[in-house]
Amino acid sequence: MLKLKVNEIDVEVEEGLTVLQACEKAGIEIPRFCYHEKLSIAGNCRMCLVEIEKSPKPVASCAMPATEGMNIKTNTEFVEKARKGVMEFLLANHPLDCPVCDQGGECDLQDQSMFYGVDKSRYKENKREVSEKNMGPLIKTQMTRCIHCTRCVRFATEIAGVPEIGAIGRGEEMQITTYLEQSMESELSANVVDLCPVGALTSKPYVFEARPWELKKTESIDVMDAVGTNIRVDTYGWEVKRILPRINEDINEEWISDKTRYACDGLLNQRLDTPYIKYNGKFEKASWNEVFNIIKSKLKNVDKDKICGIAGDLVNMETLYIFKEFFNKTLGSYNIESRTDHSYLNPEKRENYLFNSKINGIEEADFIFMVGSNPRYEATILNARIRKAYLQNKTKIVSFNNIGELTYPYESLDGDIENIKKIIENNHEISNMIKNAKKPLIIFGQSSLKSESAKYIFESIKTFLEKNEKISKEWNSLNIISKNASTVGSFDLGVYKTEDGSNEVLKNLENHVFEIVYLLGVDNLKLEKKNEFIIYQGSHGDKGAEIADIILPGAAYTEQNGYFTNLEGKLQKAYKASYPPEEAKEDWLIINELAEVMNHRKLFNDKDELDSSMLNQINLFIEKNNSIKSSNLENLEFKQEILKIDIEDYYYSNAIARASKTMLECKNAKINLKLTGTEG
Amino acid sequence: MSLRKPSKEQPESFKFNSSSLEAAKTIVAKYPKDKQQSAVMALLYIVQKQNNNWIPLAAMKYIGKFLDMPYIKVYEVATFYTMYNLAPVGKHFIQICTTTPCMIRGAYKLVEACKEKISDNENELSKDKNCSWTEVECLGACVNAPMMQINDEYYEDLDKEKTIKILNTILNGKTPKPGSYRGRTNNEPENNRKTLMDLKNA
Repeated sequence: MLKLKVNEIDVEVEEGLTVLQACEKAGIEIPRFCYHEKLSIAGNCRMCLVEIEKSPKPVASCAMPATEGMNIKTNTEFVEKARKGVMEFLLANHPLDCPVCDQGGECDLQDQSMFYGVDKSRYKENKREVSEKNMGPLIKTQMTRCIHCTRCVRFATEIAGVPEIGAIGRGEEMQITTYLEQSMESELSANVVDLCPVGALTSKPYVFEARPWELKKTESIDVMDAVGTNIRVDTYGWEVKRILPRINEDINEEWISDKTRYACDGLLNQRLDTPYIKYNGKFEKASWNEVFNIIKSKLKNVDKDKICGIAGDLVNMETLYIFKEFFNKTLGSYNIESRTDHSYLNPEKRENYLFNSKINGIEEADFIFMVGSNPRYEATILNARIRKAYLQNKTKIVSFNNIGELTYPYESLDGDIENIKKIIENNHEISNMIKNAKKPLIIFGQSSLKSESAKYIFESIKTFLEKNEKISKEWNSLNIISKNASTVGSFDLGVYKTEDGSNEVLKNLENHVFEIVYLLGVDNLKLEKKNEFIIYQGSHGDKGAEIADIILPGAAYTEQNGYFTNLEGKLQKAYKASYPPEEAKEDWLIINELAEVMNHRKLFNDKDELDSSMLNQINLFIEKNNSIKSSNLENLEFKQEILKIDIEDYYYSNAIARASKTMLECKNAKINLKLTGTEG
Repeated sequence: MSLRKPSKEQPESFKFNSSSLEAAKTIVAKYPKDKQQSAVMALLYIVQKQNNNWIPLAAMKYIGKFLDMPYIKVYEVATFYTMYNLAPVGKHFIQICTTTPCMIRGAYKLVEACKEKISDNENELSKDKNCSWTEVECLGACVNAPMMQINDEYYEDLDKEKTIKILNTILNGKTPKPGSYRGRTNNEPENNRKTLMDLKNA
């Protein structure tokens, strides 16, 4: 620990901190533009100047290491004069267009010029003008406003792993540019909008939409993937105007993916705002009473084994819970499922479907082996963590297949499932790598769980890991990247039906066993409809609503309070930022009312009762789960094949994204994105 | 000075020839492994020598691959330093020093000569595309002011007439003799003075 003084206050800080960080520890805020906690230190904006005793000149605190006995002063006239000088130079070439600038109201330069700005300019020369750059459909540039902090350059190089932005020229002619004249090849690109301290890089879809002080800010959880990114939803009336990241060091640090950020305009389009009934192939508007009565008469006349319910990808846990209660108690049916493909599930223990090493744990890992996974598209934020681990520790990364550019180098095997057999029989170099690693990380992606040999791949590797003591209380190397935001929650609540890991409900559905199918926000199901009567409950008029006979308009994730469990098993609550459009209702309410129509008794009196009942069940489940011993399955067989990696349509993966114009633009912009297969 | 933009006409590809490649390898070998990016400036200079005094974008990409560094980083370096030419300047690239000592000794007469003989504007190719001129800052030969540099050679102690003579020689495809044009050896004193002893108040 170092002892030093900040403004005559004694503070003790750890070694290795900078003067700026030491001041922050002492509770003193230092103005800055270029410094950012998550990026490397540049030291080029000079706004963080402080006075240090015995130093004749002011010192840039962001780049100066704190040392023993330093006497730092941040409130002297000397410091103020120095900062005022820096600010005057920054403003010399910065346009005074705050009234038409989208950054206005949340601009670092605007805020800090209130403290350090001089009231009029002494700069009589012409201001410089810099041409705009094309950075794709997400980022609007106004490079004349740039103050050359190079945060975007460092973000692209360090975090996103796409060194495509740079600072060219020198002196007054310096410009931030991308030579590509197209969007960055990264799913994290729009984070530069948040990083930009001025209005040089702003959000293109949000351009001139609202001022920050007009917006209602709600802290929430993202549902675009299973990571459970922490977000802030900004609404203006009903409309969700934008989505910003919220800091959570355990999950997303400070970043969110482009899909999380920009799929929100899909919440305004294609919405289901009233119940519909299909007559002769055409949808007609109906009232809630009408549809409930039709559903009641249909359900009453069908054998309970001929009814099934499938829950979709964006459904929150309260709804999943009441959905299950409705089927189990009101209908007496157990045909419910949350998997919309034939993926393998061993629900015996919770660790069989979680990312057990935790997202934070990636940084500790010393060997990463990915089986049938492309984390760049399946969990973008998680991929950024793997890159961080690679940059910090040069972690060795091996993928079972060649999966194209991942923003870090990796070795790849040829994808032959025969290799799994070799690995578990200690006949492969990977076997030793896993054994020799202290904290290996084995990541199973959806592609491996969907393949025909899924059971063999998963169970045999798990047994191998257990034998080699890589699954213990200290470190659990078994990791699954869940597919959807609802996946872990629905497994925790028991929304599945399986004996041997296969998807029984889906099998029966494909064999047209069921007469009534209740789709709860299911839009990714490939279903050939025959004579089934389909009830669809959801927020968007997408693939699910298309095949439905009755549509119950529900709410999207920003329009209702709801719990989500992320892929590492962390329970988080998303808060209501807006409300469902017109006749649409919150999802749990619809099912509760339907239950009342069916049985003249509500399942739950109110939302609180539902919440506490669900949380109780979850707690009991987790407690019980900890004491279960897992059994090892042996003598499994596999099919000779090459493991295929699903190339998911990243920008079109769910109903909200498919309704979003911005996502369509992104998709068109990156339509040329191909796997070249030469990287790594 | 304004931002130097890369030429609009760019060759499609670039490759080191054998002698450049050898020189490049010698330079890269001077740096520790994984630090070979440090050689970028020297390599850009080699490209410029090989490619008629200018660096095409294809060459920057080539260097990026050669040193395993992002293209944009090479581009940043190349645009930062004014001595890297990003557009064709001709086989004979004439740089006239117009910093104070040379200016006082009549450097602008040299500029006039270039305007007459080569092209009206700076950085503009002559009619036969072989030649261009530019004003530069101090080249460090103030003792022999005014002077100019053509490719690797210094031409010193000039005036307008002598400059025109030199330029004519070049335009005729011959190489003029470098060095002082008032008969001095390097920068020795004129009139055979070897010391300052015989001068009062020197």
